[in-house]
This record gives sequence, structure tokens and C-alpha cells, in this order.
Amino acid sequence: MPHAGAHVEGQRRPQVRAHAEGQQHPIRLYLVVWGWLFILSTFSYLVDYFHLQGYLRWSLILLFMILKAGLIVAVFMHMAWERLALVYAILVPPVAVLVFVGIMVFESDYTLLTRLLFFRAGS
Amino acid sequence: MAESALTNTGATLTPPAGWRGLVADWASDQRAFKKVSWGKAMMWIFLLSDTFIFSCFLLSYMTVRMSTPVPWPNPSQVFALHIGGTEVPLILIAIMTFILISSSGTMAMAVNFGYRRDRVKTAVLMLATAALGATFVGMQGLEWTKLIMEGVRPWGNPWGAPQFGSAFFMITGFHGTHVTFGVIFLIVIARKVLRGDFDRATRGFFTSRKGRYEIVEIMGLYWHFVDLVWVFIFAFFYLW
Repeated sequence: MPHAGAHVEGQRRPQVRAHAEGQQHPIRLYLVVWGWLFILSTFSYLVDYFHLQGYLRWSLILLFMILKAGLIVAVFMHMAWERLALVYAILVPPVAVLVFVGIMVFESDYTLLTRLLFFRAGS
Repeated sequence: MAESALTNTGATLTPPAGWRGLVADWASDQRAFKKVSWGKAMMWIFLLSDTFIFSCFLLSYMTVRMSTPVPWPNPSQVFALHIGGTEVPLILIAIMTFILISSSGTMAMAVNFGYRRDRVKTAVLMLATAALGATFVGMQGLEWTKLIMEGVRPWGNPWGAPQFGSAFFMITGFHGTHVTFGVIFLIVIARKVLRGDFDRATRGFFTSRKGRYEIVEIMGLYWHFVDLVWVFIFAFFYLW
């Protein structure tokens, strides 16, 4: 990851010139990110291929997912070069989804409990 | 004309960066997103709303999967293909993932060539993106056909929890629809690029606004978002 990160940092300087006509970055940057997305996708496929289980499986899936999503948003969607006002306006609201996840985890645990208590007995 | 006047005002003052910039941008009695055109800002806000839609789908999938006492079908086996006598797990989904990532790569380069005013390269890369997207939808059709032949329905399937079918058809169906619309708009805009609409600032037939090469970037935002959603579907639905 430090490889792609260094590229992102290296691109910050010509920002002023880039704004004259939209987003302009060297093609090489996109190819490097493309390559990393391939590598990360292969890794997440291998997690399934080698039948990793439990917390190792879930943490690896989440790690590769977040890295891929970050690369796509930051470089392909040019979020790394946008002003902070736009970046936060778009990236902060989805945090509410995480709260929603928390609520639904409690809810489904409760549903599962009631199903096990009241519907297992008969069968 | 009013729009260009506003842009000029923003360009003469150099706004502060970082946190001070964030506060200043939102507090000032003018455009919050300084040099971002309205088209790009609106596409981002649309994508934010789409994020919530897909989040709700994935959340309801999580809820039904967590709350059922019936075992969930193993996606690794459900989506396996027989290739040369051996069963390769999840191979079709992996190929679809690589195809969609490649289409994102060609789209990013199309945006780049668009700003360099290279009409032919931009259009060719956009059409390549559209072709990869169409391939993706085709493979999804293949996957749906295979699963429906094996007896997967929104109300049941041969392997376990009946909610599997409804979650699968809803999530991948909605994503596939997004890809399909993306392909259509890619072709429409690639045609405009090739025709030189954005060099001559021809007015669009629908919005009557002048065409700019930024439209290629805005189209790219939508396409990368479709790829982004697939990253989450791949992780949560197919790998989990």
C-alpha cells in the first residue's frame, strides 16, 4: 500500500495546474491503482479458495474490501484532490449506516432468540 | 453568464485549506463547493443517496441472515463451476470482479484523455468500458439462469434458508440494473465525444446546456460507483 500512497502524495503538487482544466494526472497513476485493485481482488478470492474461516476470514475480507473501496474513491473518483468541504459532505453521512448496522445487529439477535425459544420447541 | 461570474469571483480569492477551509466554505454566503461544478456536485449527492439504497439492501440481507435459525447456503459452493472435472469455487464471480475493475480502469483513462481533448482515445476507452460492462451483465444473466435452473426462487432454494434467494435476486438485480444504465449512458456520451460535441460546446438535446469534457468525468463518477458497490457486494454476499 505505501507504493500507491506515495503516488497519491506525489500528485498533490501539480494541483494548481490541474484545476485549470479539470483533473489531470499521469496515466501511470491509474495503471498502478488498477494493478493494486487486481492484486487485492485476487487476495480476497484466495481467502475463499483456501477456505479460511472465523475471525481471520472476516477481518481479511473487510481489510481487502476497505482498501479497494479507498483506492477507487480516492484515485479513480478523484476524492483525494477535492476540497475538504465536498469530501466530508459525501463521506461523513454514510457513517450513519454503521449506526444502523449496530441497531439491526441487536434486532436480529433478538429475533433469532425468540425464534429459537418459541418455534424450536414444536418441531 | 451568472454562473461564470460566480466562478471568477471564487478564482480571484484563494480560499483557506483544511479545517479552516471547511468552515469558511460552509459559512460563506455563496457556493459551498467552490470550484466544483453543479453537475459534479449533484452527481456526488446522487451517489450518496444511492449509497444509502444499497446500504439498506445489504443491511436487510444481514438482518435476515443473522436472524434465521436455518443454515445459510454456502456461497462458495452455490456459485462454484465445474471446469475440467474439478469444482472451482466462486470462479464466475471472481472473473466478473476482474472485468468490472478493468472497466473502471479504462473509464479512469477515458476521463484523462477527455481532459487532454483526445476525442478518439476517449471515445474508444469509453466504448471499451461499455463493452466490459455489457460482458459483466451477460455473465450475471448466466449466473441467474444457472441458479434459477437449480431451483433458486425468492421464496426458497434447495440448500437452506429461503431468504437466500430474495436477498440474492434483489441485491444483484439492482446492481445489474445500475450497470445496464451505465452502459447505455456510456454509449450515448461516447457518441457525443466522437462527434466533437464537447469541443464545440454543442447544447444537449435534453438539458440544452453546453457540453464540456467534464461530463466524461461525471459519467466516470457514476461508473466507478457501480464498481465500488460491487466491491461491497462481493465481500458481504459472496465471500462472507
